[in-house]
Amino acid sequence: MTPITRRGFAALAGASALTLSAPALLRAQTAGRMVVIGGGFGGASAARFASIHYPEVAVTLVEPQPTFITCPYGNLILGGKRTLADITHSYDGLVARGIEVIHDRAAGIDPDGHSVQLANGTVLDYDKLILSPGISLRWGAIEGYDEAAAEIFPHAWMGGDGSQITLLRQQLEALPEGGVVGLAIPPNPFRCPPGPYERISMIAHHLKQANPTAKILAFDAKDAFSKQGLFEDGWAELYGDMIEWVPASLDGTIVRVDPGNKLFISEFGEEHRVDLGNVIPPQQAASIAQETGLTNESGWVPVAPLTFEATAAADIHVIGDANIGSPMPKSGYIANSTSKTAVAAALADVTGREAWADPVYFNTCYSHIGQDYGISVVGVFRPGEEGIAETPDSGGVSPRGPLAEKAPDRALEARYADAWYDSITKDMFS
Amino acid sequence: MSTPRIRLPETAAPGDVIEIRTLIDHEMITAVSSSAPRDMLSRFEATMNGETVIAVDYANGSAANPTLTFFVRAEAPGDFVFTWTHEDGTTFTAEGTVEVG
Repeated sequence: MTPITRRGFAALAGASALTLSAPALLRAQTAGRMVVIGGGFGGASAARFASIHYPEVAVTLVEPQPTFITCPYGNLILGGKRTLADITHSYDGLVARGIEVIHDRAAGIDPDGHSVQLANGTVLDYDKLILSPGISLRWGAIEGYDEAAAEIFPHAWMGGDGSQITLLRQQLEALPEGGVVGLAIPPNPFRCPPGPYERISMIAHHLKQANPTAKILAFDAKDAFSKQGLFEDGWAELYGDMIEWVPASLDGTIVRVDPGNKLFISEFGEEHRVDLGNVIPPQQAASIAQETGLTNESGWVPVAPLTFEATAAADIHVIGDANIGSPMPKSGYIANSTSKTAVAAALADVTGREAWADPVYFNTCYSHIGQDYGISVVGVFRPGEEGIAETPDSGGVSPRGPLAEKAPDRALEARYADAWYDSITKDMFS
Repeated sequence: MSTPRIRLPETAAPGDVIEIRTLIDHEMITAVSSSAPRDMLSRFEATMNGETVIAVDYANGSAANPTLTFFVRAEAPGDFVFTWTHEDGTTFTAEGTVEVG
């Protein structure tokens, strides 16, 4: 148990009662400095958690974007169920908690010198660094798919400034009657395993009303995917034959694109003409993780399963999609859940408090298939002797069954999904 | 169904090891655990200039949509013929040429 010290109690009381006045002044942030790179599901959660539970530590959050646009619920923009404003979040709540939020890009990390250099030249010293930089897209992994191509065939797989998901929505609205929507879906591992299939669903949801003779061709570099049975049940029940999913074993792997001629070219040379192309390319950890030398040959960052400290550098804890967390999925929920363990581990030597000996990492990925039609997969994980392991007999997916029988469950899960989104974004930004 | 697909380089330097990928869509129904009629390919064979470079027998453990990737050292220009044979004797073929030099 952690004893409540006089200083800790005063700071906690101050945080709850006087957050909106001048909390930074009430805190003696003298124990050390934690810098967080990346203000997404991992980084914002880490900064907020640290500011609440470790008020004696000064927390600085570095994030280039002025606001955060979530990838979760981005697909609902395509389905017409959310607007960009609905999934855009302000950092004001974190500032009000006394977190120093710097809107700049972290240009480099000096692991030996314990400092971060920003793009504007400023150098931030840290005692502990939480690195939650997300992914980068492997431009060129699909021949012909580069940043210019993404203006024609959007990926819409990173929130960024919202322009990619907006472009995809505009293209969907402009789809010719009876047009073909093509998706190229990457091999594992990649951000948000059920995401492409929720996207297919939400595109179908839009087209069913606006363009019912349109067709969706989903080309996959895999032969199986997350919640596959549930998705395929939902597609058949709601969208009939609008959706065709082509697995790798039926030449579904797209190896080249020709945006000018609106072509997807498969592994075995078949050319597919599409009216709208959404290319979700292969991915790796964000470039700063590569440049700091934290990644291995896979392009992702090996970390210690109990602390998330990078194998390659002390005092840098890497959370979120950038790390190798298998069998945990690269999800916002895992980034949030693991951020707290990482902060507790990082700040143990700074504050003299105990790290957590037996942490549990939770995940739920909800997906919307249609109106009042939600499904989920739940996983519970623990660090073990040989990496992270899924807890036996835990979790699972929503029960399958005909819609006539399951409709109340699907409607409830859609509501749970909305509630999950509200809760987790509060745990990041409020 | 049962469309052969092949992928091989158009050209190679003498002595290069080239990768050849093959795929045929076929359900490979064994009928062991279902009442559907048996529908299985029994063999795949690839030849280069008439000489066998790989031959594979399929049986009940073989997965649907069999795909094979293999490597051949290209010493001279190669005319490849790929043949899949069904248990009922039907054959499916594809051909390809690699220029070497």
